[in-house]
Amino acid sequence: MSDLRDLYQELILDHNRRPRNFGPLAEANRSARGVNPLCGDKVAVHLHVEGDRVKKVSFEGTGCAISIASASVMTESLKEQSCDAARDLFERFHRMVAADDGQGADGDGMGKLAAFAGVRDYPARVKCATLAWHTLRAALDGEDKAVSTE
Amino acid sequence: MARVKTAEWNKAEGNGFDVARVRENFPILGETVHGKPLVYLDNAATAQKPRAVIERVARYYETENSNIHRGVHRLSEQATRAYEDARAAVRRFLNAAHDREIVFVRGATEAINLVARCYGGANLEAGDEVVISAMEHHSNIVPWQLICQEKGAVLRVIPVDDRGDVVMEDYHRLLGPRTRIVALPHVSNALGTVNPVKEMIADAHRAGVPVLIDGAQGAPHAGVDVQDLDCDFYAFSSHKLYGPTGVGVLYGKAGLLEAMPPYQGGGDMILTVSFEATEYNALPYKFEAGTPNIAGVIGLGAAVEYLAGLGIEAVAAHEDRVLAYAVERLTSMPGLRLIGTPERRASLVSFVFGDVHAHDIGTILDQDGIAVRTGHHCAMPVMDRFCVPATVRASFACYNTEAEVDALAEGLDKVRRLFDGV
Repeated sequence: MSDLRDLYQELILDHNRRPRNFGPLAEANRSARGVNPLCGDKVAVHLHVEGDRVKKVSFEGTGCAISIASASVMTESLKEQSCDAARDLFERFHRMVAADDGQGADGDGMGKLAAFAGVRDYPARVKCATLAWHTLRAALDGEDKAVSTE
Repeated sequence: MARVKTAEWNKAEGNGFDVARVRENFPILGETVHGKPLVYLDNAATAQKPRAVIERVARYYETENSNIHRGVHRLSEQATRAYEDARAAVRRFLNAAHDREIVFVRGATEAINLVARCYGGANLEAGDEVVISAMEHHSNIVPWQLICQEKGAVLRVIPVDDRGDVVMEDYHRLLGPRTRIVALPHVSNALGTVNPVKEMIADAHRAGVPVLIDGAQGAPHAGVDVQDLDCDFYAFSSHKLYGPTGVGVLYGKAGLLEAMPPYQGGGDMILTVSFEATEYNALPYKFEAGTPNIAGVIGLGAAVEYLAGLGIEAVAAHEDRVLAYAVERLTSMPGLRLIGTPERRASLVSFVFGDVHAHDIGTILDQDGIAVRTGHHCAMPVMDRFCVPATVRASFACYNTEAEVDALAEGLDKVRRLFDGV
């Protein structure tokens, strides 16, 4: 049995209590909405992209501690990243929490995002951790439709 | 943790209902989850199966398997008899007047779709109205939306008050000259409300309107007498009633079913077929196209007989005791708020706990072997009505105990500690 503290690390509880970069973004030029239809979690990710660089990012939404904290830490890791780097981070985050082959599961080199490595042991919660990231990718791609974890 | 004290459970139960013995009938209750005894409080999603059902399905496959209503060989005769015996068992369970009023379908969802499609399809015109309530499961919303869109009819919704009861004055106001059918839940799956369906059916009938009752949560807990209720249709699923998945029942008054066109075409639902015309079979076969879920139906028959053996009233009394204890225990916890405090409640409690999201609660409880449902319970409009994104739902069955409610409360204490006080 994995310890609940592996999932609910202090960093996650903290970002859930005090989400960073939470709210609308006046300068946003790319936004996307995401929903998890199974549980009703909703998130919107707003980006201000200049050239190929994410200058500002915010999110809004409702969800469980895992999804709110994941969105919050995500926004912190994106600032001043290039769009390609942001996409790459999506891939690495996804591998960390969900890859079947376990590659990248330890979260090495992921900084704060490694706090979510424990999600891998809770398959039902992977969608919570990745909802904001899927929404980010849709925003980067300029897709103007709601993404779904289904 | 006071979880496995069967002797104490025994003593705590009055009225001769021996829950310890009932538990022994359900093999899965001996399982452990994350090393803890399973505390299964997700019965509104699906109930566990007694050995009587599991063994009956196995016996069908091992000794009787064959197709029904066609073979003249011995096995087919046996299977046909077992299938039709199950229909008679369900008829007794619902106290329906005739076996032919019992139609086997895939589940409550298909039963409602059948009525929306066949009754609604034949009787709705542009501007007509269908009345449902604000506490419906999506299964009693979407089928009506589909047929209303197709016909240009209008879906009208009876509001629900802050306690989770339908507002009767509004219901009466909505029953108008264009109302063609009313569809209501017997028991709300998200709030636990037991609706005054008998009264509401009588009200609709005074306006000349037939009523469908979604009995998915009602049939296992409320004790159903379709003749006493005088409902026109009653839908329920086998799997929430201790039977197999993939089977459900549509009860319909014979006159209404006879007047309705078939739902699907195929084998078993016909008398004669030529390329010019097809003559449909009599009830209930007109609505049972194709080879049905024979094993599932036979399993459902075993389930209703099992329940009858326990005594539906004894079961309901036991569940009510556990439920009353759950309401008392949970409402005494600081930060816990019940969603739905209806006048009459059956089988379940829905709640939020501080600002901890239901999913986090569900994961933490699961680590202690406690299975609850978390989320919107396929009733998003109910969540909107009560301004919550999701709730935790604990739902009870014949085998649940007060000790399991204690385990739930202890699990919630753990949630409080992990999330620093709620």
